[in-house]
Amino acid sequence: MFTVSHQALDLEALKAELPDPGAGACVTFEGWIRDTNYDKPVTALDYEVYEAMALKEGNRVMAEAAEKFDILAARCAHVTGHLEIGDCAVWVGVSAAHRDAAFLACRYIIDEIKKRLPIWKKEFFASGDTGWVNCEHGSQRASPAAPDARGTSSSTE
Amino acid sequence: MTTKTLTVRYFALFRERAGCDREQLAIEADTAGELFAVVARRHGLPHLTDAKVAVNDEMSNFDAVLSDGDTVLFFPPVSGG
Repeated sequence: MFTVSHQALDLEALKAELPDPGAGACVTFEGWIRDTNYDKPVTALDYEVYEAMALKEGNRVMAEAAEKFDILAARCAHVTGHLEIGDCAVWVGVSAAHRDAAFLACRYIIDEIKKRLPIWKKEFFASGDTGWVNCEHGSQRASPAAPDARGTSSSTE
Repeated sequence: MTTKTLTVRYFALFRERAGCDREQLAIEADTAGELFAVVARRHGLPHLTDAKVAVNDEMSNFDAVLSDGDTVLFFPPVSGG
């Protein structure tokens, strides 16, 4: 299941949805708010989520993960609203009989969530500037590069 | 082109630039791309690689032919996670 939360995530409660007698592995991922992006100090982020479509597409991603990988349970939650440095913006958890499927499914879910869901983040820089990630970076230019696996163009991961 | 009544919704950067999150327009536009060109000119919206469009809450594309009464949603490049 994929959900959108208007308050801080309860990570213990999310993880409590994963246990299964057949599970031999549990992999979780937490996306945290980082204090720099493109070498500029970041003080906070505002997330905007179009919930009607994010819920639909997010649950599509969860169904795809269950179809593609041999897992027992999967859960993902994304926060919307104002977040500070160190806050958890997104959480993914997967349980499976074996670790390979759990790692792969967890990676699939976070990557697809980042790519496909109508979610945007606006950065507040220490300089006082603001900017929508992947749309502008203090200037009015388009993003110079797509986000990559190292998260160099996003403030989490 | 025929005149259609469309609801247009803007998100994130597009919402801020447009100064509203939705508007209803009677407009001559056959496709989502033609509609975007008109509202982009009107509101000064940037043409961004990886911008997306949805029609009636389903992901679509800028070549999609619009029907009278459609709700068209313009998404700037996403950045969830």
